[in-house]
Amino acid sequence: MKTDDLIASLSRDAAATGPDVHRRLALAFLAAAAAAGAVMLPTLGIRPDIAAASTGMLFPLKILAVATLAVGAMALVRAAARPEADLPRGVLVVPVVVLLVALGHEVATQVPANLSARMIGRYWGVCLIAIPLLGLIPLAAILGAMRAAAPRHAARAGALAGFAAGAIAATAYGLHCTDDSPLFVIVWYGTAIALLASLGALLGRRLLAW
Amino acid sequence: MRAALAGDEAAYGRLLRELTPFLRTIARSGLARAGRGTAEAEDIVQEVLIAVHTKRTSWIPTEPLVPWLRAITKHKLIDHLRRRGGTGHVDIDDLAEVIASPSEEPGIATRDVVKLAEGLPSGQKAVIHAMFVDGHDTKGTAAALSMSEGAVRVALHRGLAGLAKMLRGTV
Repeated sequence: MKTDDLIASLSRDAAATGPDVHRRLALAFLAAAAAAGAVMLPTLGIRPDIAAASTGMLFPLKILAVATLAVGAMALVRAAARPEADLPRGVLVVPVVVLLVALGHEVATQVPANLSARMIGRYWGVCLIAIPLLGLIPLAAILGAMRAAAPRHAARAGALAGFAAGAIAATAYGLHCTDDSPLFVIVWYGTAIALLASLGALLGRRLLAW
Repeated sequence: MRAALAGDEAAYGRLLRELTPFLRTIARSGLARAGRGTAEAEDIVQEVLIAVHTKRTSWIPTEPLVPWLRAITKHKLIDHLRRRGGTGHVDIDDLAEVIASPSEEPGIATRDVVKLAEGLPSGQKAVIHAMFVDGHDTKGTAAALSMSEGAVRVALHRGLAGLAKMLRGTV
């Protein structure tokens, strides 16, 4: 086939377009946050002692860490959607700093013998199941929007989509969870988010290649 | 490109035609750097045009177009070299024997999008055929196949998406 004929044919398909991928992603992120909240509230619910916990240090730091992680992950997904954009890795500095501050607080206020018990926490099993489940609809929404994307690496873009879905789910779950130690957050939230990122990478390899 | 994204067929066709020499230059220099002949350049140009088309919403209208185009072309070029067994740094001497023997399968040498379209569902195949081979426009195709223009557009869009997928998958 001649290139000119291909062009003529493609241009006749000009009308079949839609919003750009950043707009699609913005909608997907909103839907993801709404879905994670809508599933979390009636099933798990917000922790009953939220008012008391909010006056402490660790609960607000935990929510701040996962929420800024979610924002950073969303920025990474936005960049991965464009073939010419480099990933803005600096966006992850904020959640890392917040976690370091929380770790400093933890070490300063706990006797060393307590730390391993606080890392294992009370409900690590629930955390490992709830965050991936809460993240499934967000992952589907983000991957759906990413179908319009042209990522340089399909699997990496999928992993970032899973990372963002996991961080959004972790923020919702964080409002329910009473384990506030940053050690717990790093180990169990981290594992749960990594599970979703792996699932995202597997799906991304198939769905986002072009 | 902005007019094209708003659905202006004429502007879109003009844009794609103006882009093609630029794409051809990138494709040729990429092939040359990989130690390959430039005969495959037109295949790459066509693959890039299809990728530009199917992925055009990944360009953000407030961003410059050229870096996006370059990235799309580079992706398709690498993809093409990988599928054809190029490593990016091939010593020409190692290839001398391979080049000398006419081992290329005919199907690969003359890979043809119209041929690929044989694998599409019959409705899409008919639309692609009417437009590519017979040279009808949307209206003519609709009349020839007694379909509505909307149905032709949908079939064309799906057909092109299917072709893009096959181009990725074959060889």
